[in-house]
Amino acid sequence: MRLFWSITLATLTKDIRLEWRSKDALNAMLFFSLLVVVIFVFSFDPLAEESRHIVGGLVWIAFLFAAMVALNQTWARELRNQVLDGYRVSPAPATALFVAKVLGNFLLVSLLEALMAPLFVIFYNLRVLGPAWQLIPVALLGTWALVVNGTFFAAMSLRTRSRELMLPLLLFPVSIPAVIGMVAATTSILTGDDPAHFYIVLLLTYDVVFTTACLALFETVLQAE
Amino acid sequence: MKKAFPILVVLTTILLGYAFYQALWVAPTDSLQGDVYRIIYYHVPSAWTAFLLFFINFIASVQYLANAKPSTKRAARWVVIVIGVIGAVAPFIPQVKQQLPTGMYPSSVATTVLIIAGLYFVIGKYFPGQSLDLLAVTSAEVGVVFCTIVLITGPIWARPVWGIWWAPGDIRLTSTLVLWLIYVSYLVLRRFSDSAQTQKLAAVLAVFGALDVPLVYFSIWFFRTQHPQPVIGGGGSMDPRMLHVLLISWMAFLCFAFLVCWSRYGLEKLRREVEEAEALESLLEPGGPTTQTSQSKVPLSRSPQ
Amino acid sequence: MTVSAPVVPAAAGIIAIKNLVKQFGRFAALRGVDAEFEAGKFHVILGDNGAGKTTLLRALAGLAHPTRGTISILDKNPHDACREIGYMAHPSLLYDEMSGLENLRYFARLYDISGDERCKQVIRAVGLDPELSRPVGKYSQGMRQRMSLARAILHDPKILLLDEPFSNVDVHSAREMVGLLKGMRDAGKTIFVVTHQAALLEGVADEFVWMQAGQIVERTSHLAPELPNSNPPRAVEP
Repeated sequence: MRLFWSITLATLTKDIRLEWRSKDALNAMLFFSLLVVVIFVFSFDPLAEESRHIVGGLVWIAFLFAAMVALNQTWARELRNQVLDGYRVSPAPATALFVAKVLGNFLLVSLLEALMAPLFVIFYNLRVLGPAWQLIPVALLGTWALVVNGTFFAAMSLRTRSRELMLPLLLFPVSIPAVIGMVAATTSILTGDDPAHFYIVLLLTYDVVFTTACLALFETVLQAE
Repeated sequence: MKKAFPILVVLTTILLGYAFYQALWVAPTDSLQGDVYRIIYYHVPSAWTAFLLFFINFIASVQYLANAKPSTKRAARWVVIVIGVIGAVAPFIPQVKQQLPTGMYPSSVATTVLIIAGLYFVIGKYFPGQSLDLLAVTSAEVGVVFCTIVLITGPIWARPVWGIWWAPGDIRLTSTLVLWLIYVSYLVLRRFSDSAQTQKLAAVLAVFGALDVPLVYFSIWFFRTQHPQPVIGGGGSMDPRMLHVLLISWMAFLCFAFLVCWSRYGLEKLRREVEEAEALESLLEPGGPTTQTSQSKVPLSRSPQ
Repeated sequence: MTVSAPVVPAAAGIIAIKNLVKQFGRFAALRGVDAEFEAGKFHVILGDNGAGKTTLLRALAGLAHPTRGTISILDKNPHDACREIGYMAHPSLLYDEMSGLENLRYFARLYDISGDERCKQVIRAVGLDPELSRPVGKYSQGMRQRMSLARAILHDPKILLLDEPFSNVDVHSAREMVGLLKGMRDAGKTIFVVTHQAALLEGVADEFVWMQAGQIVERTSHLAPELPNSNPPRAVEP
């Protein structure tokens, strides 16, 4: 267990260091997120009352786009010089690599969301009518849901032709219940009409089920050539 | 076995024709919906067949993954046995019995679970090794076709009866659509994969898809289905004569699906044998690998040769 | 793939390959390789492009899973024997944006080696300076090959699998690397080298293994006289 976390930590710090040294990708992603928000603002210009009902969907679709760009980058670094093979021939557990990548992506996507969310609030004049604090667990659980499966399927799409295209094709169908959960929870908190508890539980269940499945099956995906 | 195929073709044709006749002329007209409802004799059997095929795909995929190591193979067997035992006993425990929805008998639940557990072993026995993957790909492909029929016939029926083509919040429509999407992405993965382990990757995706379905179901269940629930097969509300026709129709569809699966299975098996023979020959061709660059000979995207 | 094959017991200290077939879709890279290799020897694998050399090496490293057949390395399957195997691929297996020491530090964590001592030691062993702060991406090809070798020997493996270690390396550096490998063989390591520059290894290697069309066709203890153009000495029987 100690070894597991030490490898996870080493991989995570290595990834952050590499990300930091080539800030280009990070900057491009931040700018992309900003663009997504702006495009949405131009496409939908609702009244304050209407916006509460649709913004839950808009925000999460925007997050999904931003996450997709981030997730596609995850493994690209490991393919250059085939460094991934260096990991595969080592005795380090596959799950340690997976956990490190998920944590890294979680940080990155959360960062993008933290940038985009205030913009949505400003552009749409949002005022939350329900219990606003509940947005935090929804955001965390929803992001985890996207990132855990996203990282997994990004690894799977490494073994396919046109892999950047494959990621959404694999990820979106499986993510549908999570997307339903996030959007419905956000909408019900924004409008304050219904309690969001059920959806939070749904997201939690989704996260637990798929995190377990990913951990159990990642080795198979990593060792595929 | 080879001789059985044409016989089965004839039988299936007769059965399909008989079911068609029954559905259009013998079955009584629905008092509320009129003749439009008759599409259910195609819609519902397709749905049941598709679900059955997807379920077979799931079992084959799980088993394919489990068979990779002797330890997981053994573990998976025990898990299935435990599920079978619990499923056979639990419905008769009074506390659990009360939880069952009305119209669902403990004995039928127990039988279903036992059949499911049995299916695991039957499939394992008759489809060893790589043929599990053949079974998985066959059932997924044919399942997608039947599921497509369901998704097309559904709106055709819904438009005159509900007044809308599609009810986004409906639990069955949405779960079926998601199921279809998952299995299409499964087939896309198989088509696009470069890997020598495509079979394993596909099996992993099938497991993810199967885990997804109950979650989709629950997420929509919370909306509470907005359209009348017992439209189809809602325990006992159906005229027995209609049910009779429906079951005949399902039999015909099952035979048809079996027939298609059979030939598709044989074709895929043959294709792989040819591929393997070609692969071994590809190295021996005069002016084969020695004159060509290795990159063009071996389609490895990122692995070097 | 195949049910992970039971490891065929072999005499200790031996690498045994039995009827190894590796198929990629409509192409096969290996078709029935049968061989036993003695431990503690220097084996050179030669053959034309597409003969299956790299695939054989990757199969030994546990990176390519056999379509059929078995590999037993010191009585284990390749993946279980990974601590005993050092693998140097044609690409560097290093992160271009990090310095050599940073790279090795990361890989040392994967093998549960703590401290910088070992990393610095292997960097010096391949003739580089551990304090070099330049990222590996800015290294010359020769330096990168050496650093890649350092990565492969980091965990002091018993078996070294090297794919084209001398490609794009100047003759002087190549001779230095050969000397290094010779030293390791003399220290009891088993070494497999895939190369086109077999002449460099004449007199150093214990055995030359000729591959053609996915099979081993000949094993000799010396290079045939007409070689470095590396044609197998004998035609393959179909």
